[in-house]
Amino acid sequence: MKAQLATRHPAVAPRFEKGERVRVRKSAPLGHIRTPFYIRGQVGEIERLCGCFPNPEELAQMRSGLPAQPLYRVRFKQKDVWPDYRGADADVVEIEIYQHWLEKA
Amino acid sequence: MSDQGTYRPFSYYQLMETSLRELLVEKGIVTDADINAEVAQMRARSPERGARVVARAWLDAQYKKRLLANGTAACEELGLEIPALHLVVVENTPTVHNAIVCTLCSCYPRVLLGIPPDWYKSRNYRSRMVREPRAVLAEFGLRVPDSVQVRVHDSTADMRYLVLPMRPQGTEGWDEARLASVVTRDSMIGVAVPSAAGG
Repeated sequence: MKAQLATRHPAVAPRFEKGERVRVRKSAPLGHIRTPFYIRGQVGEIERLCGCFPNPEELAQMRSGLPAQPLYRVRFKQKDVWPDYRGADADVVEIEIYQHWLEKA
Repeated sequence: MSDQGTYRPFSYYQLMETSLRELLVEKGIVTDADINAEVAQMRARSPERGARVVARAWLDAQYKKRLLANGTAACEELGLEIPALHLVVVENTPTVHNAIVCTLCSCYPRVLLGIPPDWYKSRNYRSRMVREPRAVLAEFGLRVPDSVQVRVHDSTADMRYLVLPMRPQGTEGWDEARLASVVTRDSMIGVAVPSAAGG
Protein backbone atom coordinates (compact mmCIF):
# COMPACT_ATOMS: atom_id res chain seq x y z
CA MET A 1 0.00 0.00 0.00
CA LYS A 2 1.69 3.17 -1.15
CA ALA A 3 -0.83 5.65 0.13
CA GLN A 4 -0.50 6.10 3.82
CA LEU A 5 -0.63 9.22 5.86
CA ALA A 6 1.77 8.13 8.56
CA THR A 7 5.40 8.70 7.80
CA ARG A 8 8.16 6.24 8.57
CA HIS A 9 10.39 8.95 10.00
CA PRO A 10 11.12 9.35 13.67
CA ALA A 11 8.43 11.77 14.71
CA VAL A 12 7.39 14.01 17.57
CA ALA A 13 4.33 12.63 19.40
CA PRO A 14 1.08 14.44 18.55
CA ARG A 15 -0.15 16.57 21.47
CA PHE A 16 -3.56 17.67 20.25
CA GLU A 17 -6.84 15.87 19.69
CA LYS A 18 -9.55 16.50 17.16
CA GLY A 19 -11.86 19.24 18.43
CA GLU A 20 -9.28 20.75 20.78
CA ARG A 21 -8.93 24.56 20.85
CA VAL A 22 -5.49 25.80 19.90
CA ARG A 23 -3.78 29.12 19.42
CA VAL A 24 -1.27 29.76 16.65
CA ARG A 25 1.97 31.20 18.01
CA LYS A 26 2.38 34.87 17.28
CA SER A 27 5.97 34.95 16.25
CA ALA A 28 7.89 36.14 13.22
CA PRO A 29 11.06 34.09 12.77
CA LEU A 30 13.00 34.40 9.53
CA GLY A 31 13.12 31.57 7.04
CA HIS A 32 10.82 29.32 5.08
CA ILE A 33 7.68 29.42 7.23
CA ARG A 34 4.49 27.65 6.16
CA THR A 35 2.30 29.39 8.75
CA PRO A 36 0.68 32.38 7.01
CA PHE A 37 0.99 35.72 8.79
CA TYR A 38 -2.76 36.32 8.82
CA ILE A 39 -3.39 33.33 11.06
CA ARG A 40 -0.66 33.91 13.65
CA GLY A 41 -2.15 34.63 17.08
CA GLN A 42 -5.58 33.25 16.11
CA VAL A 43 -7.54 30.60 17.99
CA GLY A 44 -9.09 27.68 16.14
CA GLU A 45 -10.09 24.07 16.50
CA ILE A 46 -8.21 20.93 15.44
CA GLU A 47 -10.08 19.42 12.49
CA ARG A 48 -7.76 16.45 11.99
CA LEU A 49 -4.23 15.20 12.32
CA CYS A 50 -2.78 14.87 8.81
CA GLY A 51 0.26 12.81 9.79
CA CYS A 52 3.86 13.69 10.63
CA PHE A 53 6.12 15.44 8.13
CA PRO A 54 9.72 16.65 8.14
CA ASN A 55 9.77 20.26 9.32
CA PRO A 56 9.88 22.44 6.17
CA GLU A 57 11.71 25.21 8.02
CA GLU A 58 14.60 22.76 8.49
CA LEU A 59 14.31 21.20 5.03
CA ALA A 60 14.74 24.65 3.53
CA GLN A 61 18.11 24.86 5.29
CA MET A 62 19.18 21.54 3.72
CA ARG A 63 18.74 19.71 7.03
CA SER A 64 16.72 16.54 7.60
CA GLY A 65 13.68 18.14 9.24
CA LEU A 66 13.64 15.25 11.70
CA PRO A 67 12.09 14.32 13.99
CA ALA A 68 9.02 14.88 11.85
CA GLN A 69 6.41 17.32 13.14
CA PRO A 70 2.73 16.43 13.50
CA LEU A 71 0.73 18.43 10.98
CA TYR A 72 -2.86 19.39 11.73
CA ARG A 73 -5.69 20.96 9.85
CA VAL A 74 -7.03 23.72 12.03
CA ARG A 75 -10.43 25.32 11.50
CA PHE A 76 -10.90 29.03 12.23
CA LYS A 77 -14.07 31.09 12.20
CA GLN A 78 -13.78 33.78 9.57
CA LYS A 79 -15.38 36.30 11.95
CA ASP A 80 -12.58 35.64 14.47
CA VAL A 81 -9.85 36.04 11.86
CA TRP A 82 -11.30 39.15 10.22
CA PRO A 83 -13.43 41.24 12.61
CA ASP A 84 -15.03 43.03 9.65
CA TYR A 85 -15.65 39.79 7.70
CA ARG A 86 -18.66 40.12 5.43
CA GLY A 87 -20.34 36.76 5.10
CA ALA A 88 -22.16 34.17 7.14
CA ASP A 89 -21.24 33.67 10.82
CA ALA A 90 -20.66 29.98 10.09
CA ASP A 91 -17.98 30.59 7.42
CA VAL A 92 -14.58 29.08 8.19
CA VAL A 93 -11.06 28.90 6.87
CA GLU A 94 -9.04 25.73 7.35
CA ILE A 95 -5.26 25.73 7.36
CA GLU A 96 -2.52 23.15 7.81
CA ILE A 97 -0.32 24.04 10.74
CA TYR A 98 2.63 22.17 12.25
CA GLN A 99 2.48 21.31 15.93
CA HIS A 100 5.42 23.49 16.93
CA TRP A 101 3.36 26.51 15.86
CA LEU A 102 0.43 25.58 18.12
CA GLU A 103 -0.29 25.95 21.81
CA LYS A 104 -3.30 25.06 23.94
CA ALA A 105 -5.89 27.85 23.89
CA MET B 1 10.81 49.33 -37.54
CA SER B 2 11.16 46.51 -40.04
CA ASP B 3 13.52 44.17 -38.28
CA GLN B 4 12.33 44.11 -34.68
CA GLY B 5 10.44 40.84 -34.77
CA THR B 6 9.07 39.75 -31.41
CA TYR B 7 12.36 39.76 -29.56
CA ARG B 8 12.12 40.62 -25.89
CA PRO B 9 14.97 40.48 -23.42
CA PHE B 10 14.59 37.72 -20.81
CA SER B 11 12.76 38.62 -17.65
CA TYR B 12 14.49 38.05 -14.33
CA TYR B 13 12.79 34.69 -13.75
CA GLN B 14 13.25 33.47 -17.32
CA LEU B 15 16.93 34.21 -17.04
CA MET B 16 17.14 32.42 -13.69
CA GLU B 17 15.27 29.36 -15.04
CA THR B 18 17.44 29.13 -18.16
CA SER B 19 20.67 29.55 -16.23
CA LEU B 20 19.73 26.93 -13.66
CA ARG B 21 18.54 24.47 -16.31
CA GLU B 22 21.67 24.88 -18.41
CA LEU B 23 23.87 24.43 -15.36
CA LEU B 24 22.09 21.23 -14.34
CA VAL B 25 22.46 19.83 -17.84
CA GLU B 26 26.09 20.93 -18.11
CA LYS B 27 26.94 19.21 -14.83
CA GLY B 28 25.16 16.05 -15.93
CA ILE B 29 22.61 16.12 -13.12
CA VAL B 30 19.72 15.97 -15.58
CA THR B 31 19.57 15.67 -19.35
CA ASP B 32 17.58 17.71 -21.85
CA ALA B 33 15.58 14.56 -22.52
CA ASP B 34 14.64 14.27 -18.82
CA ILE B 35 13.41 17.84 -18.80
CA ASN B 36 11.43 17.45 -22.01
CA ALA B 37 9.85 14.24 -20.73
CA GLU B 38 8.84 15.91 -17.47
CA VAL B 39 7.34 18.90 -19.28
CA ALA B 40 5.45 16.59 -21.63
CA GLN B 41 4.10 14.64 -18.67
CA MET B 42 3.05 17.82 -16.92
CA ARG B 43 1.19 18.97 -20.02
CA ALA B 44 -0.47 15.56 -20.46
CA ARG B 45 -2.20 15.76 -17.10
CA SER B 46 -5.59 17.35 -17.34
CA PRO B 47 -8.66 17.94 -15.18
CA GLU B 48 -10.24 14.86 -16.80
CA ARG B 49 -8.32 12.80 -14.29
CA GLY B 50 -10.01 14.56 -11.39
CA ALA B 51 -13.37 14.39 -13.18
CA ARG B 52 -13.13 10.59 -13.35
CA VAL B 53 -12.62 10.44 -9.59
CA VAL B 54 -15.62 12.72 -8.98
CA ALA B 55 -17.90 10.78 -11.35
CA ARG B 56 -16.96 7.49 -9.70
CA ALA B 57 -17.74 8.94 -6.27
CA TRP B 58 -21.16 10.12 -7.50
CA LEU B 59 -22.00 6.62 -8.70
CA ASP B 60 -20.51 4.51 -5.96
CA ALA B 61 -21.28 5.41 -2.34
CA GLN B 62 -18.66 3.01 -1.00
CA TYR B 63 -16.00 4.52 -3.25
CA LYS B 64 -16.99 7.99 -2.09
CA LYS B 65 -16.54 6.91 1.51
CA ARG B 66 -13.04 5.63 0.78
CA LEU B 67 -12.22 8.77 -1.22
CA LEU B 68 -13.16 11.06 1.66
CA ALA B 69 -11.26 8.88 4.14
CA ASN B 70 -8.06 8.63 2.09
CA GLY B 71 -7.96 10.52 -1.20
CA THR B 72 -4.57 9.21 -2.25
CA ALA B 73 -5.50 5.54 -1.87
CA ALA B 74 -8.86 6.03 -3.60
CA CYS B 75 -7.15 7.60 -6.64
CA GLU B 76 -4.69 4.73 -6.82
CA GLU B 77 -7.68 2.38 -6.98
CA LEU B 78 -8.55 4.01 -10.31
CA GLY B 79 -5.00 3.55 -11.52
CA LEU B 80 -4.13 7.21 -10.96
CA GLU B 81 -0.63 7.21 -9.56
CA ILE B 82 -0.15 10.14 -7.27
CA PRO B 83 3.38 9.93 -5.97
CA ALA B 84 4.33 11.75 -2.79
CA LEU B 85 1.03 13.50 -2.57
CA HIS B 86 -1.43 13.45 0.29
CA LEU B 87 -4.77 14.18 -1.20
CA VAL B 88 -7.62 15.44 0.94
CA VAL B 89 -11.02 15.42 -0.75
CA VAL B 90 -13.59 17.80 0.70
CA GLU B 91 -17.26 17.27 -0.04
CA ASN B 92 -19.81 19.91 -0.96
CA THR B 93 -23.22 19.35 0.60
CA PRO B 94 -26.47 21.35 0.64
CA THR B 95 -25.08 23.17 3.71
CA VAL B 96 -21.32 23.41 2.98
CA HIS B 97 -19.46 24.85 0.01
CA ASN B 98 -15.69 24.23 -0.17
CA ALA B 99 -13.07 26.19 -2.09
CA ILE B 100 -9.30 25.80 -2.40
CA VAL B 101 -6.54 28.38 -2.34
CA CYS B 102 -2.85 28.50 -1.50
CA THR B 103 -2.11 31.88 0.04
CA LEU B 104 1.64 31.25 0.41
CA CYS B 105 2.42 30.11 -3.13
CA SER B 106 0.25 28.12 -5.51
CA CYS B 107 0.00 24.52 -4.25
CA TYR B 108 -2.45 22.72 -6.50
CA PRO B 109 -3.39 19.06 -7.11
CA ARG B 110 -1.54 18.96 -10.45
CA VAL B 111 -1.69 15.18 -10.72
CA LEU B 112 -5.46 15.39 -10.90
CA LEU B 113 -6.07 18.81 -12.43
CA GLY B 114 -2.99 19.47 -14.55
CA ILE B 115 -1.35 22.86 -14.79
CA PRO B 116 -3.13 25.47 -12.62
CA PRO B 117 -4.91 28.39 -14.31
CA ASP B 118 -3.08 31.72 -14.09
CA TRP B 119 -5.71 33.27 -11.86
CA TYR B 120 -5.10 30.58 -9.24
CA LYS B 121 -1.54 31.85 -8.92
CA SER B 122 -2.48 35.51 -8.93
CA ARG B 123 -1.96 37.66 -5.87
CA ASN B 124 -5.53 38.87 -6.19
CA TYR B 125 -7.07 35.39 -5.86
CA ARG B 126 -4.58 34.21 -3.25
CA SER B 127 -5.10 37.15 -0.92
CA ARG B 128 -8.81 37.75 -1.38
CA MET B 129 -10.02 34.14 -1.33
CA VAL B 130 -9.37 33.88 2.41
CA ARG B 131 -10.41 37.46 3.17
CA GLU B 132 -13.66 37.78 1.21
CA PRO B 133 -14.41 34.40 -0.37
CA ARG B 134 -18.05 35.16 -1.09
CA ALA B 135 -17.14 38.24 -3.11
CA VAL B 136 -14.52 36.29 -5.06
CA LEU B 137 -16.95 33.43 -5.75
CA ALA B 138 -19.54 35.96 -6.94
CA GLU B 139 -16.97 37.27 -9.45
CA PHE B 140 -16.75 33.71 -10.80
CA GLY B 141 -20.54 33.82 -11.13
CA LEU B 142 -21.19 31.68 -8.09
CA ARG B 143 -23.47 33.17 -5.46
CA VAL B 144 -23.48 31.08 -2.30
CA PRO B 145 -26.56 31.68 -0.13
CA ASP B 146 -25.86 32.81 3.44
CA SER B 147 -27.51 29.63 4.72
CA VAL B 148 -24.60 27.66 3.20
CA GLN B 149 -21.29 27.66 5.07
CA VAL B 150 -18.31 28.67 2.97
CA ARG B 151 -15.27 26.61 3.95
CA VAL B 152 -12.02 27.87 2.45
CA HIS B 153 -9.02 25.53 2.51
CA ASP B 154 -5.67 27.24 2.55
CA SER B 155 -3.28 24.64 1.18
CA THR B 156 -0.21 25.71 3.13
CA ALA B 157 1.83 22.56 3.73
CA ASP B 158 1.90 18.91 2.72
CA MET B 159 -1.72 18.24 1.75
CA ARG B 160 -3.35 18.90 -1.59
CA TYR B 161 -7.08 19.44 -1.87
CA LEU B 162 -9.81 18.50 -4.29
CA VAL B 163 -13.43 19.57 -3.99
CA LEU B 164 -16.03 16.87 -4.53
CA PRO B 165 -18.92 18.89 -5.98
CA MET B 166 -22.55 17.88 -5.61
CA ARG B 167 -23.98 15.83 -8.44
CA PRO B 168 -26.15 18.17 -10.51
CA GLN B 169 -29.85 17.64 -11.01
CA GLY B 170 -30.89 16.22 -14.33
CA THR B 171 -28.08 13.65 -14.46
CA GLU B 172 -30.12 10.68 -13.22
CA GLY B 173 -29.22 7.47 -15.01
CA TRP B 174 -26.04 8.88 -16.58
CA ASP B 175 -23.01 6.62 -16.85
CA GLU B 176 -19.58 7.45 -15.48
CA ALA B 177 -18.13 8.94 -18.67
CA ARG B 178 -21.11 11.20 -19.22
CA LEU B 179 -21.05 12.35 -15.62
CA ALA B 180 -17.32 13.05 -15.84
CA SER B 181 -17.94 15.25 -18.89
CA VAL B 182 -19.77 17.86 -16.79
CA VAL B 183 -17.17 17.98 -13.99
CA THR B 184 -15.15 21.11 -14.71
CA ARG B 185 -11.76 22.06 -13.37
CA ASP B 186 -13.26 25.10 -11.62
CA SER B 187 -15.86 22.96 -9.87
CA MET B 188 -13.04 20.84 -8.38
CA ILE B 189 -11.29 24.00 -7.12
CA GLY B 190 -14.64 25.16 -5.73
CA VAL B 191 -15.11 28.39 -7.67
CA ALA B 192 -17.96 26.91 -9.70
CA VAL B 193 -20.51 24.12 -9.48
CA PRO B 194 -21.21 21.64 -12.28
CA SER B 195 -24.51 21.59 -14.13
CA ALA B 196 -26.15 18.97 -16.33
CA ALA B 197 -25.74 21.35 -19.26
CA GLY B 198 -21.94 21.13 -18.84
CA GLY B 199 -19.33 23.87 -18.81
